[in-house]
Amino acid sequence: MGKIIVVTSGKGGVGKTTTSAAFATGLALRGHQTVVIDFDVGLRNLDLVMGCERRVVYDFVNVINGEGNLNQALIKDKRVENLFILPASQTRDKEALTVKGVARVLEALKKRFEYIICDSPAGIEHGAIIAMYFSDEALIVTNPEVSSVRDSDRIIGMLSSKTRRAVQNLTPVKEHLLITRYIQKRVNSGEMLSIQDVQEILAIPLLGVIPESPSVLKASNAGIPITLDKKSDAGLAYLDIVASFLGEEPPPREKKGFLTRFFGN
Amino acid sequence: MTIFNYFRTLRPQKTAAVAKERLQIIVAHERRLRNSPTLEYLPQLQQEILEVVRKYVIIQNEHIKVHIEKEGQYEILELNITLPDTEKGQINIQKSSSDVT
Repeated sequence: MGKIIVVTSGKGGVGKTTTSAAFATGLALRGHQTVVIDFDVGLRNLDLVMGCERRVVYDFVNVINGEGNLNQALIKDKRVENLFILPASQTRDKEALTVKGVARVLEALKKRFEYIICDSPAGIEHGAIIAMYFSDEALIVTNPEVSSVRDSDRIIGMLSSKTRRAVQNLTPVKEHLLITRYIQKRVNSGEMLSIQDVQEILAIPLLGVIPESPSVLKASNAGIPITLDKKSDAGLAYLDIVASFLGEEPPPREKKGFLTRFFGN
Repeated sequence: MTIFNYFRTLRPQKTAAVAKERLQIIVAHERRLRNSPTLEYLPQLQQEILEVVRKYVIIQNEHIKVHIEKEGQYEILELNITLPDTEKGQINIQKSSSDVT
């Protein structure tokens, strides 16, 4: 049976969709059957970031309403084996995602996939709650910045009270902190919250840190998940995160030397 | 205290440290509100106090207000009971409040 993982944050623009695409791609690269679902009904964007926007025919809401079946809606990634995308609907609102309907789709997906990644919309309303409701684990995407950290804390509170696992008194949702857009230089000069600061405030286990990187924008411009860019520091950081999520020690990344930094590699 | 220390104190605090401090305060405050068990027993407490007061005077539900505030390490339970205008012979107390820490 597959594992459901929600990628959530509360605040918008911190990198939920980038992370969902990169993390799902990373899991699939490691040979795991993976599907990534866009829960942002009305504002779908995962299809663009994954580069499959022109292949969307049926979407998540169509499947829930029985207007199309799951096989018609699932888009198979052309670059990575084992990777599928379930796009959100662009013309409905988030209320179209009913608990019953989502449960039925997720049950069907759990039989077929090892990992089901749910890309949550921003906010703390219905859309975000339904995205986290059935989750077994959660990636809490946080920028080292006050509003993002505060919203993440809010979301952590909701994970422990509003999810199926909380309501039914099951083992709580396993939480993972993911710090994105991290700039070590600004941390060193005291202008940015450090990894330890954020971890201390939120008090959940750290899965990993993604450095701020120009390659993230370039990748989304092109519709390529950042984990497919072998030269990107952010892409490598996501691969490390996938490795530690799978319970492995991440390989030690060599710091770029003086010469490689100058001449590239 | 050297001259260097003097200049160090003049330098403004690093903004990341300010951010951390502010976040710690607001997050702790919001967590308390979220997980406060006090909020759960409050309605029952209000009902029971009402019953006790009713043994002596006739008051309605809306005449009793229970309010909890948090200050630093302790909570303040504020109780406001508005007694109705009374017939002669009864003590006329407009408001009584008590603090429980």
